[in-house]
Amino acid sequence: MTISEVLTKIKDTSARAVVENSLKLAKENEEYHALLSLTAERALKRADGVDSGKISGKLAGVPFVVKDNFLAFGAPTTAASKILENFNAPLQATAVEKLEAEGAICIGKANLDAFAHGGSTENSAFGPTSNAFDKTRVAGGSSGGSAVVTALGVVPFALGSDTGGSIRQPASFNGVVGVKTSYGAVSRYGVVAMASSTDVIGCFATNVSDAEFITEIITGRDKNDMTTLPDFFEVQANSKTNQKIGLVKDFMTNDVDPEVREKVNEYVEKLKSAGHSVEEVSLPMAEYALAIYYIIVPAELCSNLARYDGIRYGRRAEGVTTLAELYGKTRDQGFVTENKRRIMIGSYVLSSGFFDAYYLQAQKARTLLIDEFNKLFETYDILIGPTAPTPAFKLGENTAEPIKMYLNDIMTVPTSLAGLPAISVPAGKNQAGLPIGVQLMGPMKSDAKIFALAKSMENK
Amino acid sequence: MIGKEILDKYQMTVGIECHVQLATNTKLFSGADNDERDKSPNTVVSPIDFGLPGMLPVLNRGAVDLAIKAGKALNSPIEHISRFDRKHYFYPDLPKGYQTTQMYQPIIGPGEIDIPMDDGESFKVRINHAHMEEDAGKLTHHGNYSLVDLNRAGTPLLEIVTEPDIHSSAQAKAFVIELYRLMTYAGVTRGDLYHGNMRFDVNTSAALKSSNELGIRSEVKNLNSFRSVERAIEFEFYRQVELLEKGEIIVQETRGWDESKQRTTSQRNKEDSQDYRYMPDADIPPIVLSNEEIELIQSSVPQLPPFYRESWKILNLDSTVINALIASQSTAQLIQRILEKSGTATAARRVAIWLLMAVEGQTDDSGIVQNTGIHATDDHLIELSNMVEKNELSSTAAKEIFYEMNRRPAVAPRDIAIEKNLIQVSDETEIFNIVDSVLDDPAFKKAVMDLENGNEKVIGFLVGQVMKKSQGKANPALVQKLIKERLKI
Repeated sequence: MTISEVLTKIKDTSARAVVENSLKLAKENEEYHALLSLTAERALKRADGVDSGKISGKLAGVPFVVKDNFLAFGAPTTAASKILENFNAPLQATAVEKLEAEGAICIGKANLDAFAHGGSTENSAFGPTSNAFDKTRVAGGSSGGSAVVTALGVVPFALGSDTGGSIRQPASFNGVVGVKTSYGAVSRYGVVAMASSTDVIGCFATNVSDAEFITEIITGRDKNDMTTLPDFFEVQANSKTNQKIGLVKDFMTNDVDPEVREKVNEYVEKLKSAGHSVEEVSLPMAEYALAIYYIIVPAELCSNLARYDGIRYGRRAEGVTTLAELYGKTRDQGFVTENKRRIMIGSYVLSSGFFDAYYLQAQKARTLLIDEFNKLFETYDILIGPTAPTPAFKLGENTAEPIKMYLNDIMTVPTSLAGLPAISVPAGKNQAGLPIGVQLMGPMKSDAKIFALAKSMENK
Repeated sequence: MIGKEILDKYQMTVGIECHVQLATNTKLFSGADNDERDKSPNTVVSPIDFGLPGMLPVLNRGAVDLAIKAGKALNSPIEHISRFDRKHYFYPDLPKGYQTTQMYQPIIGPGEIDIPMDDGESFKVRINHAHMEEDAGKLTHHGNYSLVDLNRAGTPLLEIVTEPDIHSSAQAKAFVIELYRLMTYAGVTRGDLYHGNMRFDVNTSAALKSSNELGIRSEVKNLNSFRSVERAIEFEFYRQVELLEKGEIIVQETRGWDESKQRTTSQRNKEDSQDYRYMPDADIPPIVLSNEEIELIQSSVPQLPPFYRESWKILNLDSTVINALIASQSTAQLIQRILEKSGTATAARRVAIWLLMAVEGQTDDSGIVQNTGIHATDDHLIELSNMVEKNELSSTAAKEIFYEMNRRPAVAPRDIAIEKNLIQVSDETEIFNIVDSVLDDPAFKKAVMDLENGNEKVIGFLVGQVMKKSQGKANPALVQKLIKERLKI
C-alpha cells in the first residue's frame, strides 16, 4: 500500500483504524520475526491525537516502523543486542522526531543484525528475520526487519541505517525500494552508531515516490550532528532526458548470479528505450573496496561500541569481583559473535604498530576509490549495477563463513566508503520468485536526481 | 643522605604538561553547565557526556575561541586546521570508552615563552604544542564499592606540553606561576586551583652533568598547586640521584604525589602502559581557522604580564615588586591606567607602592591574589599622588588616605585629608612664624645655641618642636630649611 492510499484510508475511516490494522498485520506476520517490539500503546494514543486534530502534518496517521537501532519512545532500543535488551531511550532520533512532526506514527521496532553488524539479520541476538518471499531464506541485512515489514505491507514505509549496504541489500532481497542517502544528508543523532564515517539513515518504501517523499522529510542540517550537510535536497518533478549512464562492469562479472545480471540488463534496455545512453564503465578500485571497508568499519565500530561497558546503563554481568571482570563478562554476554569478531579486528588494526599499515593505508586507498568515482561522474550522470550478487540466500547458508557473508556487500560498500547516494529499486524476480534489485548510484548530493530517474523508470 | 656536593654533580631536567580547564559556560561537546563547583554528583551531565547510545558531539565554539586566546598568551601559533581524535581505554569515569582529544593535529603549534625569575633574570621554555580535549569524570571509593560522578566529564581542557627546558625546582615554580598568570590574564580559565582548574604533570629526570644524555624520567601526575610542583620535583630529583648514586637503574614510571607525606609513590610503570588505539574522530569535522578569524579573536585578549614588565621599566621598581603587583591582573591594569592617564612615571610608581601594600596582604600561599580590596578611582589616586608631589601630604598621611579611599571610594582624597586634618603646611610665611616662635622661645635657647655652635644633631629636636606646634601639618624638610636660613648655618 502506498502512502497516499494510506492517507485516503485514514480520511475514509480513521487513523486509529489504520494503526490498529497495521498492528494486526504485525501480529499476523509474527512468524517472520521482523519486529522486536510493538509500540502499540503510544501508537494508538497518537492515532487518537490525529483523529482529534491535535496531531497533523503531511503524514498524519501514517504508520511506520524503525530499525531497532533508532532511539524511539514506546519500547526499548535494543540494537538487537542483549547488552541493550532493556534500554529505554530518554529521547528520540532526529529522523523519528521529524517524521512524528509530520504526524507519522511509529508502531514498532524492526529486527536487525546486532548493532547492525551483518548482512542477513541472522546476527540478531533475538533470532533471525525471514524473507518476505520465502521463509526459508534470509531477509538480508542489517535492516532486514524494516525491509520485510514494508514488503509484507504491515506499514507503507520503514526507517533503516546503511553502513555498507544495510538498507539496499535487504530492499533488493524483499522487492522494495531502499534508499542510502548521501553521507550527511540525514542526521545520525539518536541512531546507535556503527561506523561514524559511513553510517547513513534512509528508508524503505513500496515505490520510489514514497521513498522520495520520506527522504525529503528526514533530510536536513541538524545542530545535533556536526556532519550533516546544509539543506540541499529538492524533489525533481521530472528527470533529465538523455542522461549518460555508466554500467559498472566490475559488478557484472561471471561471479554474479546470471539471473541478477539478466534483470540488470533488462533495466539497462529500459533506460535505453527511454532515451538514455548506457555505457560500460570500470571501477578498478572496487576490487579493494571490501578490504578497505573491513578495516575502516571495524576500527570505527570498536570505538563506538566502547561505551557499552555495563557501568551506566544496559546489561551488567552478575557475580563479578573485579573491574576487569565486570567489563569482560558484561561485554562477552552482551555482544554476539559477529560483534566480537569485528571488535577484535578493529582493535587490531588500530593498535600501535599496525595503525599505519592498516588503518592509514585503508584511508589512502579509500581516497583513491573516491577519486575514481569522481572521475566517472565527470562523464556520467548515474552509475548502475546490481544491488547484491545474488537473490536472498538460505537461512544459515553463510553463517559459518564470514568472508562469504562479507562478499555479499561487494556492490554496496564502494558507495558507502565514498559517501555517495544510491538506491535499490525492484527489477523483477528470478524463476524461483525471489526479488532482484538494481542499484542506481550518483555523485554526492545527487539524491534527488537519482529519485527522479528511478521514478521515470518505474512501471516501464 | 645525599649531600649538596653530590646533588650538584647532577643536572635536573623537567618538562611539564598542564591541563587547563577552559572557562566556557557549557561543556566541550554538550550544552551541560561547565561549572561543576558545589554541584551535587551527576547533576550537570547531558546525554552526550553520559555516553548514551546514538549521541554525537557538538563542538563548543567558545572553547575553540579560548584555545585561540591561549595561543596568544603562549606566544605560539594557532594551526589553520586541527582535528579531534579518540583515545581509547576503559575506566568507569570515561563514559564513551574513549577520550576525545587532539593527538595528530593539535590546535596550538610549537612556540616559546619567557619566564621571569624574582632576581630579574629570565629563561625560556619552549612549548611543544597545546591540544584541546575533554576532562573525565571522578570516582569516589567507599570500601567495597566505588561511585561515579560525571559532572566534570566533558569539561573542555587545554593541555599545554613543554619541552624539557626547566632545570631547577625554582624555575619550575616560576614557570607554573607565569603560566597561571598568562592563562588567567587571557581569560582562558577561571584559575581556581583548589577545584582543579589547572593541573600539572611533571616529568623529571636526573643525569650527570658530565653526560650528554638525559636520564630516564618519571612522571608525577595531577599536581594542583605551585608548591606541590616544586616539592614533587625536588623529591623526584633527590630520589633519582640517590638511586643513581647506589648504581641502580631508574625505571620510567608514573608516580603520584602524596600531599600529606610530601612524597611521590609509584603508580604504574611503562610495561603496564596501555595501547590507546588512537584514531581520528569522524563525528567532528576539522576546525578550520583563517588568519582573520584568529586575529579577530586574539585582538580581544587583554594585555599580558610581559607587556606590563616592559611598560613598567620606567617605574624603576624591583623585579620582586613587579612580580608581586602582576600577581593581580586588576592591580596591573590599574597601575597601567595611572601611568597612561597621569603621563608620569612618578605617579604610577607612587600608586604602585601603595598597591603593593594592599596586594601583599591579600596574597595566599600559592602567590594568588584573591581580592585586592582596591576600590579607589583612578582619578582619586592620581589626585592623591599629586598632593604628595606638591608636598601637601606626608607619605604617612597619603597611606592613611589611600586606605580610607578604598573604604569610601566616592570621597575625594582632598576631602579626606581636610576631614582628617592631614594637609601639610608648606606656606613659608606661616611656618616661618612658627619657626620664629620656637627659636625665640626661652625654653629652647640652649638648643639654639648648641646648633649655632655646630652641634648639627640638635636640629632634629628643633624640627620636632616646630612640627609639634604646627600639629604635624608642617612639611619637615621645609622646617629644617627655614631653621637653617634663620640661623644662617
